[in-house]
Amino acid sequence: MAIFKSPRRLENEGKRKSHFSFSDRQGWRKCRKCRSNFLPCLGKPGKGWSKPKTRGAAIKTLFLKSPSAGIRFLLFVAASLVLMTVDHRQHHLESVRSVLSVLVYPLQYLVNLPVAGGHWMSESLVTRGMLIDENAQLREERLLLNSKLQKFDVLEEENRRLRELLESSMQLRERVLIAELLAVELEPFRRQVVINKGRREGAYHGQPVVDANGVMGQVIHVGPFSSTVLLITDPSHALPVQLNRNGLRAIAVGTGQDNALLLEHLPTNADIQKGDLVVTSGLGHRFPRGYPVGIVSGITLDPGEPFAKVEVTPSAHMEQSREVLLLWPHDLGDTLRDEGVASNP
Amino acid sequence: MNERRHNGGWVIAMSFVIAFMLTAMPLPEWAVNWRPAWVAMVLIYWCMALPQRIGIGVAWLLGLVLDVQQGTLLGQNALGLALLAFITIQTYQRVRVFPLKQQAIVVCVCLLLAQFINLWIRGIMGVPPQHWTFWTPAFTSMLLWPWLFIILRDLRRKHHVY
Repeated sequence: MAIFKSPRRLENEGKRKSHFSFSDRQGWRKCRKCRSNFLPCLGKPGKGWSKPKTRGAAIKTLFLKSPSAGIRFLLFVAASLVLMTVDHRQHHLESVRSVLSVLVYPLQYLVNLPVAGGHWMSESLVTRGMLIDENAQLREERLLLNSKLQKFDVLEEENRRLRELLESSMQLRERVLIAELLAVELEPFRRQVVINKGRREGAYHGQPVVDANGVMGQVIHVGPFSSTVLLITDPSHALPVQLNRNGLRAIAVGTGQDNALLLEHLPTNADIQKGDLVVTSGLGHRFPRGYPVGIVSGITLDPGEPFAKVEVTPSAHMEQSREVLLLWPHDLGDTLRDEGVASNP
Repeated sequence: MNERRHNGGWVIAMSFVIAFMLTAMPLPEWAVNWRPAWVAMVLIYWCMALPQRIGIGVAWLLGLVLDVQQGTLLGQNALGLALLAFITIQTYQRVRVFPLKQQAIVVCVCLLLAQFINLWIRGIMGVPPQHWTFWTPAFTSMLLWPWLFIILRDLRRKHHVY
Protein backbone atom coordinates (compact mmCIF):
# COMPACT_ATOMS: atom_id res chain seq x y z
CA MET A 1 0.00 0.00 0.00
CA ALA A 2 1.47 3.26 -1.02
CA ILE A 3 1.20 5.92 1.59
CA PHE A 4 1.89 9.40 0.43
CA LYS A 5 0.64 11.50 3.28
CA SER A 6 0.09 10.81 6.89
CA PRO A 7 -3.56 10.76 8.00
CA ARG A 8 -2.96 13.53 10.48
CA ARG A 9 -1.80 15.86 7.79
CA LEU A 10 -4.74 14.97 5.64
CA GLU A 11 -7.14 15.77 8.43
CA ASN A 12 -5.36 19.00 9.09
CA GLU A 13 -5.83 19.98 5.49
CA GLY A 14 -9.44 20.44 6.42
CA LYS A 15 -12.08 20.88 3.80
CA ARG A 16 -11.79 17.79 1.68
CA LYS A 17 -11.18 14.46 3.21
CA SER A 18 -10.08 11.22 1.73
CA HIS A 19 -12.37 8.26 1.50
CA PHE A 20 -9.77 6.61 3.62
CA SER A 21 -9.73 6.91 7.30
CA PHE A 22 -7.34 5.68 9.83
CA SER A 23 -8.26 4.24 13.16
CA ASP A 24 -5.95 2.69 15.66
CA ARG A 25 -8.01 -0.44 15.89
CA GLN A 26 -8.62 -1.47 12.36
CA GLY A 27 -5.83 0.10 10.44
CA TRP A 28 -6.41 1.55 7.01
CA ARG A 29 -9.82 1.29 5.50
CA LYS A 30 -10.47 1.13 1.84
CA CYS A 31 -12.62 3.43 -0.18
CA ARG A 32 -15.73 1.59 -1.33
CA LYS A 33 -16.75 4.20 -3.86
CA CYS A 34 -13.75 4.28 -6.06
CA ARG A 35 -12.21 0.96 -4.98
CA SER A 36 -9.00 2.78 -4.72
CA ASN A 37 -6.14 1.77 -2.58
CA PHE A 38 -4.45 5.08 -3.02
CA LEU A 39 -4.62 7.86 -0.59
CA PRO A 40 -5.12 10.81 -2.93
CA CYS A 41 -8.67 9.65 -3.50
CA LEU A 42 -10.32 12.69 -2.04
CA GLY A 43 -14.03 12.76 -1.86
CA LYS A 44 -16.88 13.04 0.53
CA PRO A 45 -16.77 10.66 3.41
CA GLY A 46 -19.54 8.28 2.45
CA LYS A 47 -21.31 5.67 4.45
CA GLY A 48 -19.54 2.65 3.09
CA TRP A 49 -16.21 1.83 4.52
CA SER A 50 -15.07 -1.62 3.81
CA LYS A 51 -12.85 -3.45 6.18
CA PRO A 52 -9.47 -4.28 4.81
CA LYS A 53 -9.20 -7.94 4.00
CA THR A 54 -7.26 -9.90 6.56
CA ARG A 55 -4.34 -11.61 5.06
CA GLY A 56 -4.50 -15.39 5.04
CA ALA A 57 -2.16 -17.57 6.97
CA ALA A 58 -0.75 -18.93 3.72
CA ILE A 59 0.59 -15.53 2.87
CA LYS A 60 2.02 -15.10 6.31
CA THR A 61 4.09 -18.25 6.02
CA LEU A 62 5.47 -16.88 2.79
CA PHE A 63 7.19 -14.18 4.76
CA LEU A 64 8.16 -16.24 7.72
CA LYS A 65 11.82 -16.00 8.26
CA SER A 66 13.34 -16.62 11.57
CA PRO A 67 15.82 -13.84 12.12
CA SER A 68 18.16 -16.20 13.90
CA ALA A 69 18.64 -18.65 11.02
CA GLY A 70 22.17 -17.47 10.49
CA ILE A 71 23.05 -17.76 14.14
CA ARG A 72 21.49 -21.21 14.36
CA PHE A 73 23.41 -22.28 11.28
CA LEU A 74 26.67 -21.07 12.78
CA LEU A 75 25.89 -22.98 15.99
CA PHE A 76 25.33 -26.20 14.08
CA VAL A 77 28.48 -25.64 12.03
CA ALA A 78 30.42 -25.28 15.24
CA ALA A 79 28.79 -28.40 16.65
CA SER A 80 29.71 -30.37 13.50
CA LEU A 81 33.30 -29.17 13.65
CA VAL A 82 33.60 -30.19 17.30
CA LEU A 83 32.01 -33.58 16.59
CA MET A 84 34.31 -34.25 13.64
CA THR A 85 37.42 -33.28 15.57
CA VAL A 86 36.49 -35.44 18.54
CA ASP A 87 35.46 -38.34 16.30
CA HIS A 88 38.70 -38.13 14.32
CA ARG A 89 41.07 -37.75 17.27
CA GLN A 90 39.47 -39.82 19.99
CA HIS A 91 36.97 -42.59 20.34
CA HIS A 92 34.59 -41.01 22.82
CA LEU A 93 31.80 -40.86 20.28
CA GLU A 94 31.56 -44.57 19.67
CA SER A 95 28.62 -44.73 22.08
CA VAL A 96 26.74 -42.03 20.14
CA ARG A 97 27.42 -43.87 16.92
CA SER A 98 26.33 -47.15 18.43
CA VAL A 99 23.04 -45.63 19.66
CA LEU A 100 22.35 -44.12 16.25
CA SER A 101 23.22 -47.39 14.55
CA VAL A 102 20.21 -48.94 16.30
CA LEU A 103 18.12 -46.41 14.35
CA VAL A 104 19.90 -47.22 11.12
CA TYR A 105 19.93 -51.00 11.45
CA PRO A 106 16.23 -51.52 10.60
CA LEU A 107 16.75 -49.52 7.41
CA GLN A 108 19.75 -51.60 6.47
CA TYR A 109 17.85 -54.75 7.32
CA LEU A 110 15.00 -53.66 5.05
CA VAL A 111 17.35 -52.87 2.20
CA ASN A 112 19.07 -56.24 2.65
CA LEU A 113 15.76 -58.09 2.72
CA PRO A 114 15.17 -58.46 -1.05
CA VAL A 115 18.74 -59.67 -1.56
CA ALA A 116 18.48 -62.15 1.31
CA GLY A 117 15.07 -63.22 -0.01
CA GLY A 118 16.54 -63.81 -3.44
CA HIS A 119 19.27 -65.97 -1.97
CA TRP A 120 16.78 -67.91 0.09
CA MET A 121 14.58 -68.46 -2.97
CA SER A 122 17.45 -69.63 -5.15
CA GLU A 123 18.60 -71.94 -2.38
CA SER A 124 15.23 -73.49 -1.73
CA LEU A 125 14.35 -73.89 -5.40
CA VAL A 126 17.45 -75.80 -6.57
CA THR A 127 16.82 -79.18 -8.12
CA ARG A 128 17.58 -82.46 -6.45
CA GLY A 129 20.26 -83.22 -9.06
CA MET A 130 22.10 -80.02 -8.27
CA LEU A 131 21.95 -80.77 -4.55
CA ILE A 132 23.38 -84.24 -5.12
CA ASP A 133 26.19 -82.81 -7.23
CA GLU A 134 26.97 -80.20 -4.65
CA ASN A 135 26.89 -82.81 -1.91
CA ALA A 136 29.36 -85.01 -3.76
CA GLN A 137 31.64 -82.05 -4.34
CA LEU A 138 31.52 -81.07 -0.68
CA ARG A 139 32.26 -84.66 0.38
CA GLU A 140 35.32 -84.70 -1.84
CA GLU A 141 36.48 -81.36 -0.50
CA ARG A 142 35.99 -82.53 3.06
CA LEU A 143 38.04 -85.66 2.45
CA LEU A 144 40.89 -83.60 1.03
CA LEU A 145 40.76 -81.11 3.89
CA ASN A 146 40.64 -83.89 6.47
CA SER A 147 43.72 -85.53 5.04
CA LYS A 148 45.49 -82.17 5.15
CA LEU A 149 44.30 -81.66 8.70
CA GLN A 150 45.84 -84.95 9.81
CA LYS A 151 49.22 -83.70 8.73
CA PHE A 152 48.44 -80.33 10.28
CA ASP A 153 47.67 -81.91 13.66
CA VAL A 154 51.03 -83.62 13.71
CA LEU A 155 52.77 -80.43 12.63
CA GLU A 156 50.96 -78.35 15.21
CA GLU A 157 51.90 -80.77 17.96
CA GLU A 158 55.48 -80.72 16.78
CA ASN A 159 55.45 -76.95 16.59
CA ARG A 160 54.11 -76.73 20.13
CA ARG A 161 56.81 -79.05 21.43
CA LEU A 162 59.53 -77.13 19.68
CA ARG A 163 58.18 -73.85 21.03
CA GLU A 164 58.11 -75.32 24.51
CA LEU A 165 61.75 -76.22 24.07
CA LEU A 166 62.42 -72.64 23.02
CA GLU A 167 60.23 -71.41 25.89
CA SER A 168 58.23 -69.12 23.66
CA SER A 169 54.49 -69.22 23.82
CA MET A 170 52.33 -68.79 20.81
CA GLN A 171 48.89 -70.13 20.27
CA LEU A 172 47.33 -70.55 16.92
CA ARG A 173 43.85 -71.54 17.91
CA GLU A 174 41.27 -68.80 17.98
CA ARG A 175 37.59 -68.54 18.54
CA VAL A 176 35.73 -67.70 15.37
CA LEU A 177 32.20 -66.67 14.55
CA ILE A 178 30.58 -66.60 11.15
CA ALA A 179 28.98 -63.29 10.22
CA GLU A 180 27.03 -62.37 7.14
CA LEU A 181 27.54 -59.26 5.08
CA LEU A 182 24.52 -56.99 4.72
CA ALA A 183 23.88 -55.94 1.15
CA VAL A 184 23.95 -52.23 1.91
CA GLU A 185 26.23 -49.61 0.52
CA LEU A 186 28.29 -47.16 2.45
CA GLU A 187 29.91 -44.12 1.00
CA PRO A 188 31.79 -44.69 -2.25
CA PHE A 189 35.55 -44.04 -2.24
CA ARG A 190 35.93 -45.97 1.00
CA ARG A 191 36.10 -49.72 1.37
CA GLN A 192 33.77 -50.65 4.16
CA VAL A 193 31.15 -53.32 4.68
CA VAL A 194 28.44 -53.93 7.27
CA ILE A 195 28.11 -57.31 8.98
CA ASN A 196 25.19 -58.62 10.97
CA LYS A 197 27.06 -59.29 14.22
CA GLY A 198 27.52 -56.66 16.87
CA ARG A 199 28.18 -56.14 20.53
CA ARG A 200 25.57 -58.73 21.45
CA GLU A 201 27.79 -61.40 19.92
CA GLY A 202 30.91 -59.93 21.47
CA ALA A 203 32.37 -58.07 18.51
CA TYR A 204 34.78 -55.34 19.54
CA HIS A 205 36.56 -52.35 18.03
CA GLY A 206 39.66 -53.46 16.12
CA GLN A 207 38.60 -57.09 15.79
CA PRO A 208 40.19 -58.93 12.84
CA VAL A 209 37.86 -60.19 10.13
CA VAL A 210 38.89 -62.90 7.65
CA ASP A 211 37.16 -64.89 4.96
CA ALA A 212 37.92 -68.41 3.78
CA ASN A 213 40.93 -67.27 1.76
CA GLY A 214 42.60 -64.51 3.68
CA VAL A 215 42.45 -61.39 5.80
CA MET A 216 39.59 -59.05 4.96
CA GLY A 217 39.79 -56.19 7.41
CA GLN A 218 38.99 -55.06 10.90
CA VAL A 219 35.92 -53.89 12.78
CA ILE A 220 35.86 -50.11 13.19
CA HIS A 221 32.38 -49.35 14.52
CA VAL A 222 30.40 -51.69 16.75
CA GLY A 223 26.66 -51.37 17.19
CA PRO A 224 24.40 -53.58 19.24
CA PHE A 225 23.25 -55.59 16.21
CA SER A 226 25.68 -54.78 13.45
CA SER A 227 29.23 -53.60 12.92
CA THR A 228 31.17 -51.82 10.22
CA VAL A 229 34.31 -53.46 8.86
CA LEU A 230 37.11 -51.47 7.27
CA LEU A 231 38.61 -53.59 4.49
CA ILE A 232 42.38 -53.84 4.05
CA THR A 233 42.01 -52.31 0.59
CA ASP A 234 40.76 -48.99 2.04
CA PRO A 235 43.28 -46.20 1.44
CA SER A 236 43.39 -45.43 5.17
CA HIS A 237 44.19 -49.02 6.19
CA ALA A 238 47.70 -50.29 6.83
CA LEU A 239 48.54 -53.84 7.85
CA PRO A 240 51.84 -55.17 9.22
CA VAL A 241 52.83 -58.15 7.07
CA GLN A 242 55.78 -60.37 6.29
CA LEU A 243 56.79 -62.56 3.38
CA ASN A 244 56.12 -66.19 4.07
CA ARG A 245 59.30 -67.26 2.25
CA ASN A 246 61.88 -65.29 4.18
CA GLY A 247 60.10 -63.36 6.91
CA LEU A 248 60.81 -59.95 5.38
CA ARG A 249 58.59 -57.46 7.17
CA ALA A 250 56.63 -54.71 5.47
CA ILE A 251 53.48 -52.64 5.71
CA ALA A 252 50.64 -53.35 3.29
CA VAL A 253 48.50 -50.27 2.64
CA GLY A 254 45.25 -50.20 0.74
CA THR A 255 44.88 -48.39 -2.55
CA GLY A 256 41.13 -48.00 -2.74
CA GLN A 257 40.92 -50.60 -5.49
CA ASP A 258 39.60 -54.04 -4.74
CA ASN A 259 42.44 -56.00 -6.25
CA ALA A 260 45.56 -54.22 -5.09
CA LEU A 261 47.57 -53.51 -1.97
CA LEU A 262 50.94 -51.78 -1.89
CA LEU A 263 53.93 -52.83 0.20
CA GLU A 264 55.48 -49.62 1.44
CA HIS A 265 59.08 -48.72 2.20
CA LEU A 266 60.75 -51.83 0.85
CA PRO A 267 64.27 -51.04 -0.36
CA THR A 268 65.02 -51.68 -4.01
CA ASN A 269 67.42 -54.48 -3.11
CA ALA A 270 64.93 -56.36 -0.91
CA ASP A 271 64.65 -60.09 -1.52
CA ILE A 272 61.19 -60.25 -2.98
CA GLN A 273 59.82 -62.12 -5.99
CA LYS A 274 56.65 -62.22 -7.96
CA GLY A 275 54.37 -64.91 -6.53
CA ASP A 276 55.59 -64.61 -2.93
CA LEU A 277 52.91 -65.25 -0.33
CA VAL A 278 52.36 -62.32 2.04
CA VAL A 279 51.03 -63.18 5.51
CA THR A 280 50.19 -61.14 8.60
CA SER A 281 53.10 -60.64 10.95
CA GLY A 282 51.06 -59.99 14.08
CA LEU A 283 53.24 -57.03 14.99
CA GLY A 284 50.44 -54.52 15.20
CA HIS A 285 48.73 -56.57 17.94
CA ARG A 286 45.48 -56.43 16.02
CA PHE A 287 45.76 -59.35 13.61
CA PRO A 288 47.01 -62.75 14.68
CA ARG A 289 50.12 -63.79 12.78
CA GLY A 290 50.17 -66.23 9.94
CA TYR A 291 46.98 -65.38 8.07
CA PRO A 292 47.42 -65.05 4.30
CA VAL A 293 47.04 -61.50 3.02
CA GLY A 294 47.88 -61.83 -0.67
CA ILE A 295 50.29 -62.76 -3.42
CA VAL A 296 52.96 -60.41 -4.76
CA SER A 297 51.76 -59.61 -8.26
CA GLY A 298 54.11 -56.94 -9.50
CA ILE A 299 57.42 -55.35 -8.62
CA THR A 300 58.53 -52.08 -10.17
CA LEU A 301 62.14 -51.14 -9.57
CA ASP A 302 62.75 -47.54 -10.50
CA PRO A 303 66.39 -46.56 -9.98
CA GLY A 304 65.33 -43.00 -9.30
CA GLU A 305 63.11 -43.99 -6.42
CA PRO A 306 64.41 -44.89 -2.96
CA PHE A 307 61.84 -47.67 -2.51
CA ALA A 308 60.54 -50.46 -4.69
CA LYS A 309 56.90 -50.40 -5.71
CA VAL A 310 55.47 -53.78 -4.80
CA GLU A 311 51.89 -54.67 -5.61
CA VAL A 312 50.01 -57.41 -3.81
CA THR A 313 46.77 -59.05 -4.93
CA PRO A 314 44.66 -59.78 -1.84
CA SER A 315 43.78 -63.42 -1.23
CA ALA A 316 40.44 -62.64 0.34
CA HIS A 317 37.57 -62.29 -2.10
CA MET A 318 36.56 -58.80 -1.12
CA GLU A 319 33.70 -58.41 -3.55
CA GLN A 320 32.40 -61.96 -3.55
CA SER A 321 32.27 -63.28 -0.01
CA ARG A 322 28.93 -63.23 1.67
CA GLU A 323 30.14 -64.88 4.83
CA VAL A 324 33.11 -63.70 6.83
CA LEU A 325 34.74 -64.93 10.04
CA LEU A 326 35.16 -62.79 13.12
CA LEU A 327 38.29 -63.80 15.07
CA TRP A 328 38.98 -63.65 18.77
CA PRO A 329 42.75 -64.17 18.85
CA HIS A 330 43.85 -65.78 22.13
CA ASP A 331 47.31 -64.40 22.32
CA LEU A 332 45.88 -60.90 22.33
CA GLY A 333 44.40 -61.43 25.76
CA ASP A 334 45.63 -58.09 27.04
CA THR A 335 43.96 -56.18 24.27
CA LEU A 336 40.78 -58.08 24.83
CA ARG A 337 40.73 -57.26 28.48
CA ASP A 338 41.32 -53.62 27.63
CA GLU A 339 38.31 -53.68 25.41
CA GLY A 340 36.21 -55.23 28.15
CA VAL A 341 35.48 -58.42 26.25
CA ALA A 342 35.92 -61.82 27.81
CA SER A 343 38.86 -63.56 26.20
CA ASN A 344 37.53 -67.04 26.84
CA PRO A 345 34.90 -68.34 24.51
CA MET B 1 1.39 -20.47 13.09
CA ASN B 2 1.26 -21.35 16.73
CA GLU B 3 -2.48 -21.86 16.75
CA ARG B 4 -2.28 -24.12 13.73
CA ARG B 5 -1.32 -27.70 14.38
CA HIS B 6 1.04 -29.50 12.06
CA ASN B 7 -0.38 -32.22 9.92
CA GLY B 8 0.94 -35.22 8.04
CA GLY B 9 4.25 -35.65 9.80
CA TRP B 10 4.30 -39.29 8.81
CA VAL B 11 4.53 -38.33 5.13
CA ILE B 12 7.70 -36.38 5.82
CA ALA B 13 9.12 -39.18 7.96
CA MET B 14 8.35 -41.83 5.34
CA SER B 15 9.89 -39.77 2.57
CA PHE B 16 13.10 -39.54 4.57
CA VAL B 17 13.04 -43.26 5.42
CA ILE B 18 12.74 -44.09 1.73
CA ALA B 19 15.52 -41.63 0.91
CA PHE B 20 17.78 -43.35 3.44
CA MET B 21 16.91 -46.75 2.01
CA LEU B 22 17.67 -45.58 -1.53
CA THR B 23 21.00 -44.31 -0.27
CA ALA B 24 21.88 -47.75 1.10
CA MET B 25 20.47 -49.71 -1.83
CA PRO B 26 23.13 -51.79 -3.56
CA LEU B 27 23.78 -50.68 -7.13
CA PRO B 28 25.89 -52.22 -9.89
CA GLU B 29 29.53 -51.24 -9.79
CA TRP B 30 29.37 -48.69 -12.62
CA ALA B 31 26.37 -46.89 -11.12
CA VAL B 32 27.63 -46.54 -7.57
CA ASN B 33 29.23 -43.15 -8.09
CA TRP B 34 26.19 -41.85 -9.97
CA ARG B 35 23.82 -42.38 -7.07
CA PRO B 36 21.83 -39.16 -6.51
CA ALA B 37 21.99 -37.49 -3.11
CA TRP B 38 18.53 -38.68 -2.11
CA VAL B 39 18.46 -37.44 1.48
CA ALA B 40 19.77 -34.02 0.49
CA MET B 41 17.17 -33.68 -2.27
CA VAL B 42 14.25 -34.65 -0.04
CA LEU B 43 15.57 -32.30 2.63
CA ILE B 44 15.77 -29.41 0.15
CA TYR B 45 12.19 -30.08 -0.93
CA TRP B 46 10.76 -30.06 2.57
CA CYS B 47 12.80 -27.03 3.57
CA MET B 48 11.42 -25.22 0.56
CA ALA B 49 7.83 -26.32 1.09
CA LEU B 50 7.60 -26.16 4.87
CA PRO B 51 10.38 -23.88 6.11
CA GLN B 52 8.55 -23.34 9.39
CA ARG B 53 8.71 -27.03 10.08
CA ILE B 54 11.87 -28.53 8.61
CA GLY B 55 14.84 -26.40 9.46
CA ILE B 56 18.52 -26.48 10.14
CA GLY B 57 18.17 -28.52 13.34
CA VAL B 58 16.28 -31.33 11.64
CA ALA B 59 18.78 -31.27 8.78
CA TRP B 60 21.67 -31.58 11.19
CA LEU B 61 20.16 -34.56 13.00
CA LEU B 62 19.41 -36.27 9.68
CA GLY B 63 23.01 -35.64 8.71
CA LEU B 64 24.20 -37.42 11.85
CA VAL B 65 22.06 -40.45 11.01
CA LEU B 66 23.44 -40.37 7.48
CA ASP B 67 26.97 -40.27 8.88
CA VAL B 68 26.32 -43.38 10.93
CA GLN B 69 24.72 -45.12 7.98
CA GLN B 70 27.52 -44.23 5.59
CA GLY B 71 30.34 -44.81 8.04
CA THR B 72 31.74 -41.32 7.57
CA LEU B 73 33.15 -39.04 10.21
CA LEU B 74 30.43 -38.04 12.66
CA GLY B 75 29.38 -34.53 11.59
CA GLN B 76 30.61 -34.64 8.01
CA ASN B 77 27.24 -35.07 6.32
CA ALA B 78 25.58 -33.18 9.19
CA LEU B 79 27.53 -30.08 8.23
CA GLY B 80 26.65 -30.49 4.55
CA LEU B 81 22.93 -30.97 5.18
CA ALA B 82 22.81 -28.06 7.65
CA LEU B 83 24.38 -25.88 4.97
CA LEU B 84 21.81 -27.04 2.41
CA ALA B 85 18.95 -26.31 4.82
CA PHE B 86 20.38 -22.89 5.59
CA ILE B 87 20.71 -21.94 1.91
CA THR B 88 17.23 -23.23 1.14
CA ILE B 89 15.63 -21.36 4.04
CA GLN B 90 17.38 -18.16 3.00
CA THR B 91 16.21 -18.43 -0.61
CA TYR B 92 13.00 -20.46 -0.62
CA GLN B 93 10.75 -17.50 -1.49
CA ARG B 94 12.61 -17.05 -4.73
CA VAL B 95 13.37 -20.67 -5.60
CA ARG B 96 9.82 -21.82 -4.90
CA VAL B 97 8.45 -19.88 -7.85
CA PHE B 98 11.21 -20.75 -10.30
CA PRO B 99 10.35 -23.03 -13.20
CA LEU B 100 11.39 -26.61 -12.52
CA LYS B 101 14.43 -26.55 -14.78
CA GLN B 102 15.78 -23.47 -13.08
CA GLN B 103 15.07 -25.02 -9.67
CA ALA B 104 17.05 -28.08 -10.72
CA ILE B 105 20.04 -25.89 -11.53
CA VAL B 106 19.81 -24.16 -8.16
CA VAL B 107 19.64 -27.55 -6.43
CA CYS B 108 22.67 -28.70 -8.41
CA VAL B 109 24.67 -25.65 -7.36
CA CYS B 110 23.68 -26.13 -3.69
CA LEU B 111 24.69 -29.79 -3.81
CA LEU B 112 28.01 -28.93 -5.43
CA LEU B 113 28.64 -26.48 -2.60
CA ALA B 114 27.87 -29.18 -0.01
CA GLN B 115 30.13 -31.61 -1.89
CA PHE B 116 32.86 -29.01 -1.83
CA ILE B 117 32.66 -28.78 1.98
CA ASN B 118 32.75 -32.58 2.02
CA LEU B 119 35.85 -32.55 -0.17
CA TRP B 120 37.55 -30.18 2.24
CA ILE B 121 36.83 -32.41 5.19
CA ARG B 122 38.13 -35.47 3.38
CA GLY B 123 41.21 -33.56 2.34
CA ILE B 124 41.88 -32.49 5.92
CA MET B 125 41.48 -36.10 7.04
CA GLY B 126 43.96 -37.22 4.40
CA VAL B 127 41.65 -39.38 2.29
CA PRO B 128 40.72 -37.18 -0.67
CA PRO B 129 38.61 -38.92 -3.32
CA GLN B 130 40.77 -40.05 -6.21
CA HIS B 131 38.28 -39.67 -9.01
CA TRP B 132 36.25 -36.98 -10.74
CA THR B 133 33.07 -39.05 -10.22
CA PHE B 134 33.04 -37.54 -6.72
CA TRP B 135 31.02 -34.66 -8.22
CA THR B 136 28.52 -36.70 -10.22
CA PRO B 137 25.81 -37.09 -7.52
CA ALA B 138 25.04 -33.36 -7.86
CA PHE B 139 24.37 -33.74 -11.59
CA THR B 140 22.27 -36.89 -11.33
CA SER B 141 20.30 -35.14 -8.60
CA MET B 142 19.78 -32.21 -10.93
CA LEU B 143 18.33 -34.49 -13.59
CA LEU B 144 16.02 -36.20 -11.11
CA TRP B 145 14.91 -33.06 -9.28
CA PRO B 146 11.82 -32.22 -11.42
CA TRP B 147 10.37 -35.70 -10.91
CA LEU B 148 11.13 -35.76 -7.21
CA PHE B 149 9.64 -32.30 -6.82
CA ILE B 150 6.40 -33.26 -8.57
CA ILE B 151 6.04 -36.52 -6.64
CA LEU B 152 6.64 -34.91 -3.27
CA ARG B 153 4.38 -31.96 -4.11
CA ASP B 154 1.53 -34.26 -5.05
CA LEU B 155 2.09 -36.29 -1.88
CA ARG B 156 2.08 -33.11 0.18
CA ARG B 157 -1.15 -31.88 -1.40
CA LYS B 158 -2.89 -35.22 -1.22
CA HIS B 159 -2.13 -35.77 2.44
CA HIS B 160 -2.46 -32.08 3.42
CA VAL B 161 0.95 -31.77 4.91
CA TYR B 162 1.55 -28.32 6.35
